[in-house]
Amino acid sequence: MNYNWNWSAFFDASPEGVGTYMDTLIQGGITTLWTALISFAIAFVLGSAVGILRTLPGRRIGAFAICYVELFRNIPLLMQMFLWYFVLPEALPTDISRWIKALPDGSFYTAVICLGFYTSSRVAEQVRAGILALPPGQRAAGLALGLSRGQTYRYVLLPMAYRMILPPLTSEFLNNTKNTSVALTIGLLEITARARAMQEFSFQVFEAFAAATVFYLAVNMISVRVMQVVERRVAVPGFIAGKA
Amino acid sequence: MFSNFDFGVIYASLGYLFWDGMSFTMLVTIVATVIGTVLGTLLAIMRLSGVWILSRLSGAYIDLIRSLPLVLIIFWFYFLVPYVGQWITGAPRPVQVGAVLSTMLTFTLFEAAYFAEIMRAGIQSIPKGQTAAGAALGLSPTQVMVSIILPQAFRNMLPVLLTQTIILFQDTSLVYVLSITDFLGAASKVAHRDGRLVEMYLFAALIYFLISLAASVYVRGLQRRYAIAR
Repeated sequence: MNYNWNWSAFFDASPEGVGTYMDTLIQGGITTLWTALISFAIAFVLGSAVGILRTLPGRRIGAFAICYVELFRNIPLLMQMFLWYFVLPEALPTDISRWIKALPDGSFYTAVICLGFYTSSRVAEQVRAGILALPPGQRAAGLALGLSRGQTYRYVLLPMAYRMILPPLTSEFLNNTKNTSVALTIGLLEITARARAMQEFSFQVFEAFAAATVFYLAVNMISVRVMQVVERRVAVPGFIAGKA
Repeated sequence: MFSNFDFGVIYASLGYLFWDGMSFTMLVTIVATVIGTVLGTLLAIMRLSGVWILSRLSGAYIDLIRSLPLVLIIFWFYFLVPYVGQWITGAPRPVQVGAVLSTMLTFTLFEAAYFAEIMRAGIQSIPKGQTAAGAALGLSPTQVMVSIILPQAFRNMLPVLLTQTIILFQDTSLVYVLSITDFLGAASKVAHRDGRLVEMYLFAALIYFLISLAASVYVRGLQRRYAIAR
């Protein structure tokens, strides 16, 4: 391979005028992390709500929750980004639409909301699976003790269900982090977009993408480690998730 | 928005959308699924082989690919493949393989890592006794794998493999970053040419939704049938 490796390209001035390529990459990394964290927070709240709805009796609520999950699961993420970014503002009244289009960080907000909804459908499936995996006696016991349905969920079912689904939730978090890269199509300057920009201006293709690769691997490793510690901390001794 | 919704632009571009766009999407999906499953099975066998170097290599590949976003991998391959081609063929300059071939290769190698993990679970789901029984009957390890383990592993994992294929079908839309005309790419080109983003994107989303939903309903039916069979 006669490729001219030049690792010092990271310290060349970036065409943006301020700072080096390294600075732009770090900026990109920070954007990726913020997008991932905020969107996952939204996904966690929405996903939990929808997941719980699917375990409640009553056909109409269940049908709504099923539609929600199917809608967000069966449309490609990139397509959803475009719908939120290009189509939704057109559907709103002109004033609001103009205000949205003028927002300084429009692509960031769009990415966060889009990923939040997209990932929430996956979180919902996990939450539902976690609740359904508990022995039905637990719900019955809670109700028999005189707890309301809300209390049964709050004090009996959810604490165990969340502990059980901690590993799949971790991988959803990692998927969500990887998915932030799709937002480069709507102009979000996250790490992959920054690496791509560095490649275009400096022609150091492989150095630029290597930097992004290292970033994702590091995020991956750190998240897995952190979640292992969390899992051990919250484990209930002698119960399902307690053996780890 | 809907007061001036123009169905005409959709109707006029149907041929382009499906003939040029959807056919490419389907082609990538099928090629990556078929070759990816074969490669994935080989990777899974390597990973479970107990030969230190093979299982390490395959494990490293699978973990690396699975920790990176597909968009980044598309870029990696797009720029890397010409250099690898030059290295293999000994050509004087990087070999131009074109975006289409590069896409096929990317999705095949990317999906192989995901299919590998599915097949690994499938192989591990077959009781150890069957391997022992095969060996006791005088079959070679290869024969045991090919005629006893793999057919069952494949059958058990079919719903999961198909679900992964549906995900792959949706993921092919990411070739957008290379400006390739897949289904979404075609819709996007018409949308920007005619200034009809709302119509084209809603229509494209509807088509993706219907295909994926139909496929996942089918897979769920398959799962139920297999669950009874076992």
